[in-house]
Amino acid sequence: MTATHDIGPGPAQPSGRRAAEPPPGMVERRGASLWLTHALLILGVLVVFFPIWLAFVASTVTQPEIARPPMPLWPGDRFFENYREALLSGVNVPVATMLLNSLVMAIGIAVGKIVISLLSAFAIVYFRFPGRTFFFWTIFLTLMLPVEVRIVPTYEVVAGFGMLNSYSGLIFPLIASATATFLFRQFFLTIPDELAEAARVDGAKPMRFFWDIVLPMSRTNIAALFVILFIYGWNQYLWPLLITTDPSMNTIVMGIKQMFPSGDDIAEWPVIMATSILAMIPPVIVVVSMQKLFIRGLVDSEK
Amino acid sequence: MEKRVTFKGWMLPLLLVAPQVVISAVFFFYPAGQAIWQSLFIPDPFGLSMEYVGLGNFEYLFGNRYYLASFVTTALFSTLVTLTSMIPALFLAVMADRLIKGAGTYRTLLIWPYAVAPAVAGVLWLFMFNTRVGVVAWYLGRLGYDWNHVLNETEAMGLVVVASSWGRISYNFLFFFAALQAVPKSVIEAAAIDGAHFWRRFFTIVLPLISPTTFFLLVVNVVYAFFETFGVIHTITSGGPQQATTILVYKVYADGFVGQDLGSSAAQSVVLLVVVGLLTVLQFRFVERRVHY
Repeated sequence: MTATHDIGPGPAQPSGRRAAEPPPGMVERRGASLWLTHALLILGVLVVFFPIWLAFVASTVTQPEIARPPMPLWPGDRFFENYREALLSGVNVPVATMLLNSLVMAIGIAVGKIVISLLSAFAIVYFRFPGRTFFFWTIFLTLMLPVEVRIVPTYEVVAGFGMLNSYSGLIFPLIASATATFLFRQFFLTIPDELAEAARVDGAKPMRFFWDIVLPMSRTNIAALFVILFIYGWNQYLWPLLITTDPSMNTIVMGIKQMFPSGDDIAEWPVIMATSILAMIPPVIVVVSMQKLFIRGLVDSEK
Repeated sequence: MEKRVTFKGWMLPLLLVAPQVVISAVFFFYPAGQAIWQSLFIPDPFGLSMEYVGLGNFEYLFGNRYYLASFVTTALFSTLVTLTSMIPALFLAVMADRLIKGAGTYRTLLIWPYAVAPAVAGVLWLFMFNTRVGVVAWYLGRLGYDWNHVLNETEAMGLVVVASSWGRISYNFLFFFAALQAVPKSVIEAAAIDGAHFWRRFFTIVLPLISPTTFFLLVVNVVYAFFETFGVIHTITSGGPQQATTILVYKVYADGFVGQDLGSSAAQSVVLLVVVGLLTVLQFRFVERRVHY
């Protein structure tokens, strides 16, 4: 998104600028000042990481070690025991089951949203048909209205369809949003008209054009959007909380809270913390390994 | 903007938009309509019939002390979350921008928390400040400060604010960092030649130049604080103590699902619809400005 400012000759290129720079100029930092900058950044990273580190440590020690504060700040030797217990038995339901549910939900939302958005954006950009403007605005209206706002009626609809405790109930209400459609619309508008023209002259059917030209060209956008939507789906909390009353349908992010005992019992902290770590691993892997796509998707989807 | 070249036919395009339109109609427009419809009625205690009350539910809401308090709580909460997540992010981004080498490494390290779900972030922070086993709470106790967010309203608010802001620092950092990298170096160097020091350059040149990003992040973070922090509040405080952390979205849930007060919950949904509408307009107006900046 980085704004292109109206100062200087042409927009500055974020990546290319530093590379094309002459040797360190007068505003570059050296010596003590450079070390101070590094020190402050490292401090920032440490502070930001501390909660995760603590959770990891807690997932490798025994319950009594945590119950008698202060807990150790260095990992213990119960890593395999705790994670095995969490994955295979958990508290209400094995965490492996919750991981599977989360995976199905996150992939379902990402794929579902991308598919319906690609199709509708293609129709809106490449056709003139009755009701086009109406549909455009209909889709536009759904932009940015989170499910949190309309939970009770949406719950009733899903219950009416008998979709409580089901994957379709977890997935469908969350793909009714227009962000992806708009992203694809913007992108399709930048595809040169000559391509569609050529396809038409060659007598190619619209869907052939879609498969052979539009889809391959959208690959990067699709991937970037997938990263964003996967995390969005994985991190859902309220919706799964409402519609999965059966523990075997719980997703991992909402299931953690269910592992806390009601009343005065002491929580099974090592298992809960192992579950928390497991709940963050898939999205963290996606974000860190696909960092470029992720940043691109983030920037695009907010435009 | 429109395409010059289009394909003929109207059956195919209708089929293509059908999935999205059907899903939006069933899971979006119908429920939203229901919320508006239900907000005009009060169901009898057995749920058998509905009594039409017009705007009665709204009048009740805006005369209700707890609902108005929830507005204040939400305003306070979202202001604090926005500040707590933006200021450290800007600071870290400025630091990273000063580096010639290694900025990428810090970026990789700092984007991690973005991937952590708000609800999981809630559990992590709850663990650190747990009154019985929390490490931070224990060390605070050693320093003579008796931490108890279960009873103390200010501490509860502080905890949910920090837990909500934590992951957002990554997000804001990414945007600030990209904006800072795009500031033309020639301007900075010109100011440096004129003898302006680093922080002076920052406040008089850099900050105004990245203001589009700052405004954009302000809106986005307020939206986040309003609508995406349910998980944090539900895991840490459940809206307590004494509703001190009951933000509007949490109240819709608490009144609708826990309290089973459907008329009131529907009316609250409608109020939130309006709030979202206003924020969307704000965002779009702003985005428009940003494009022309």
